[in-house]
Amino acid sequence: MVPLPYYLVLSGILFACGVTGFLIKRNIITIFMSIELMLNGVNLSFVAFAAHWHALSGQVFVFFVMVVAAAEAAVGLAIIIAVYRTRETLNVDQVNLLKL
Amino acid sequence: MLHLALFSIFGAICVAGAVNLLIQRHPINSALSLIAVLASLAVEYLLLGAEFVAAVQVIVYAGAIMVLFVFTIMLLNAGEEERTPGSRVAILLGIPGMLVGSILVAWALLRYSGTGSVSVGALPGPPNTIAQLLFHEFLLPFEVTSVLILIAIMGAVVLASREETARPARKEQG
Repeated sequence: MVPLPYYLVLSGILFACGVTGFLIKRNIITIFMSIELMLNGVNLSFVAFAAHWHALSGQVFVFFVMVVAAAEAAVGLAIIIAVYRTRETLNVDQVNLLKL
Repeated sequence: MLHLALFSIFGAICVAGAVNLLIQRHPINSALSLIAVLASLAVEYLLLGAEFVAAVQVIVYAGAIMVLFVFTIMLLNAGEEERTPGSRVAILLGIPGMLVGSILVAWALLRYSGTGSVSVGALPGPPNTIAQLLFHEFLLPFEVTSVLILIAIMGAVVLASREETARPARKEQG
C-alpha cells in the first residue's frame, strides 16, 4: 500500500525537473525532451488518481495525452529539422529571428 | 511493504534519470536517461494496477517516440550544447524560491490530501475494460485524436520535406 500523496509528490518532482530543463537547457532537442518529462509527470498523477477514485477514465486520458505527445514530437522534430536546415545550429540562443 | 519498497526504488530511478537529463550536456545522454525515466514510470503504472497503460508506455513512449528523438539527434549530428551564462538574479532568487515552493507543495500534499492509499490490483485495468470505455464513452474524443494524428503526420511531412525550388532563391538573398 502506497499513499496517494507519494505518487503526487513524485509526479510533481518530475514536472519540476521538466520545467527546469525547459528553462536552463540551450539545445532545442533537450528542451523537447523536457516537455516530454512534464507530460509524463502529469500522466503519473492521472493514473494515481484513477486508482484512487476507482475510475478508469483517468487511464483513458493518459492515452489522449500520449497521442498529443506523439503528435507534438513528430511536428516538433520536423520543425527542428527545418530550422537546422536553414540555420545549421540547434542552440536556441542563435535562433532569434522568425525571418529566414 | 513490498509495494512501498518497489515504489521507492523505481521512484528513485525516475528522479535520478530526470536529474541526469538536466545535468548531461550531450543530447544523446539526455535521451538515454529519459528512456530510464519512462521505463521506471511504466513500473509505477504496473504498481497502480494499470497494466495496459504500462505496456503502451513502454511500446509507444520508450519505443516509438524516443526512437524518433534519437533518430533526430543522430541525423542532425547534435554535439554538446554550449552553455550561456544565465542572469545572476535568476539563480539567486530562482533556486531558493523553487526549493521553498516545492517543499510547501509536498508538505501540503502529504498533510491535507487524506490518507488514501493505492494498492496493487485495486483497480484492474485490463484492455477490454479500457476498450469498452474508449469506444463507448470516449468515442468522439477518440475520433478527434485520430484526426489530430492525421494532421500532425501531414504537417510533419510538409515541414520536413525539402523545397527544391525555393532554396536557391533563399541563398541569393542571404
